[in-house]
Amino acid sequence: MTGAPSRMKIAVVVFPGTNCELDTVQVLAALGAEAELVWHRQPDLDRFDAVVLPGGFAHGDYLRTGAIARFSPVMDGVAALAESGRPVLGICNGFQILCEAGLLPGAFIANSGLSFICRMVEVEVASSTSALTAHTLPGQMMRLPLNSYEGNYVDPSLIGRVVMRYTDNPNGAQGGAAAVANEAGNIVGVMPHPERASDRLLGSTDGLALLEGFIASAATVAG
Amino acid sequence: MKIRVEVKRRPEVADPQGATVLRALHDLGFSEVQSTRFDRTITIELDGSDPEVARSRVEEMCRRLLANPVIEDYVIEVEP
Repeated sequence: MTGAPSRMKIAVVVFPGTNCELDTVQVLAALGAEAELVWHRQPDLDRFDAVVLPGGFAHGDYLRTGAIARFSPVMDGVAALAESGRPVLGICNGFQILCEAGLLPGAFIANSGLSFICRMVEVEVASSTSALTAHTLPGQMMRLPLNSYEGNYVDPSLIGRVVMRYTDNPNGAQGGAAAVANEAGNIVGVMPHPERASDRLLGSTDGLALLEGFIASAATVAG
Repeated sequence: MKIRVEVKRRPEVADPQGATVLRALHDLGFSEVQSTRFDRTITIELDGSDPEVARSRVEEMCRRLLANPVIEDYVIEVEP
């Protein structure tokens, strides 16, 4: 390789109702990536090295979280990117969308305690073979903010690979799943927010290692 | 034509809302209640006069959007 390594181009998708896109872009850019907002009507993401579906309430969460977002044209681009082996990350609502789209196994129901949970939670890395946990070690503890009502992961198929789990399982998720990956590890969904654990002022910087690993995973695929 | 679609969470999937209401009913003295499940009813009005055609269209709507096959089943009822 000659010269400076090229910056990874990462699409950050905006659905009507998405609200974590700017935080996500800011952190990815601070970590050296070229992050770009992409409107959900855009069907082609082939010029990107990776894609993030950020948190929020896409299409108002109507019917079921992620149920309508999965039919947005951008999801064809997300599926194509995933198919090519490039990293795909869904955070919170983005995780719910990936499940509805069938890109990750499982589904989400209301938290077991029926309350919206908005607090810092502790999670443990269960596997480092995923695009999100590539720069972490199994057993590593992290503090990340959780911010969801439907964070209770259900996977009757039992094929979802849990790559991070809650230490106190605040929402009743099956297997304590806080993050789930496909078998290849390039598609990952995470319920707590790594982009909000990116500065000491926010109470934790543990999310940086996760997003760094995600960018590095994109670089590995891009060669 | 009017069609009612009942979307039910599969019995093996937890229903936190149903479980909470069950506890509240027990607290109120309705001790005979064994379970409560929250289903979703969607009433659809559509054009056409052939109930079988309508049913198969709604069937497709359920498969593609109205129900999540991972955790839900559905029942379609064509109103006469």
